[in-house]
Amino acid sequence: MQFFGGSEISPSPPPPTVSGNNAHMLYVFNRNGVCLLYREWNRPLKTLNPQQDHKLMFGLLFSLKSLTAKMDPTSAEKGNLGVPQLPGQGCSFHSFRTNTYKLSFMESPSGIKIILVTHPRTGDLRESLKYIYNLYVEYVVKNPLYSPGAPIKCELFNSTLDQYVRGLG
Amino acid sequence: MAAIYSLYIINKSGGLIFCKDYGSAGKMDTNDSLRLASLWHSMHAISQQLSPVNGCAGIELLQADTFDLHCFQSLTGTKFFVVCEPGTLHMESLLKYIYELYTDYVLKNPFYEMEMPIRCELFDLNLSQAIQKDRVALLGR
Repeated sequence: MQFFGGSEISPSPPPPTVSGNNAHMLYVFNRNGVCLLYREWNRPLKTLNPQQDHKLMFGLLFSLKSLTAKMDPTSAEKGNLGVPQLPGQGCSFHSFRTNTYKLSFMESPSGIKIILVTHPRTGDLRESLKYIYNLYVEYVVKNPLYSPGAPIKCELFNSTLDQYVRGLG
Repeated sequence: MAAIYSLYIINKSGGLIFCKDYGSAGKMDTNDSLRLASLWHSMHAISQQLSPVNGCAGIELLQADTFDLHCFQSLTGTKFFVVCEPGTLHMESLLKYIYELYTDYVLKNPFYEMEMPIRCELFDLNLSQAIQKDRVALLGR
C-alpha cells in the first residue's frame, strides 16, 4: 500500500474516467468499523437495513484484505490467515468488479476506509479516492466542531462530495 | 517470474477440489489453501448481497496491490479462479478454456466422483499445456 507524501489538497481533481452519472454509493469507515458516512446516489436494490448493510460491507472488506494478505504471491512471509493487520501492512486491494458494479477501496494510514461503488466499466479510481480523502481532511478533520469517530454531519463536505462524484460520472 | 501464480477450483459448497501453484513465493500448506478457498466462496456470495442493482453474479476480478484474481463461476456453481500478475490479459478466455478441460477430462471421467478432489492425469497434462505463457496469448484471438 502506498502512503501519501504531502498533506496538500490536489489543486485540481483528477479528470473523470468516463462520462455520465454512474456512481451508486459511497461509504466511509473509521478504523473501528464505525460507518462515519454513507451517501447514496443510485441504489434501486436494497436487501438489508442500513445498519446491517454497513456491517456486511465492513466485514467483506476486512475479510478480503486478510485474503489478499494471505494470498500475496510475491512475499514469502505472510503470517496466518485472519490475523488483524495494521493499515499499510500486508498486501491490500484497491478494487473489485462484478457484472453489476465495481467497488473501489482506499485505506488511509490512520485506518480511514473510503469505498466508492460505481458502474462496472468505470476505470481506475485510485486518484479519485485520494481526492475524496483530501476533501475529508479539508472539510471534516479541519472542522473544529467535528469530533473524531463521530458520524460526519457536515453540509459543506456533503455538497462538495456530491458535486465531485457527479462530475466523476 | 511466472505470469500466472496459481489456479484454484472450488465446488459449489466452497470446498477446494483442485489447487495448483505455478511459482508464488512462500509455500502455502493445504490447510491454508482450503481456508482461502472457502473464504473466497463466502466473499463471492456476500458481494452479490451488496449489489446496488439486481442480477449480480459475484466478483469477477479482484485487483490487489501485487496480483489480480480472476474468477469464473460455471452455471452449476463450480468456481475457477487464477491468481496472476497485475494486468495479465486473456484471463477470462483462459478460465473458460480451463472449464472446457474440466468438463472434458474430469466430468467425463467415469471414475470421478462429483464434488470430490480432482485427480485426473489427463486434466493435469492438458492444464499445464494451457497455462504455458505462449498458449495463453493464443486464447486471446
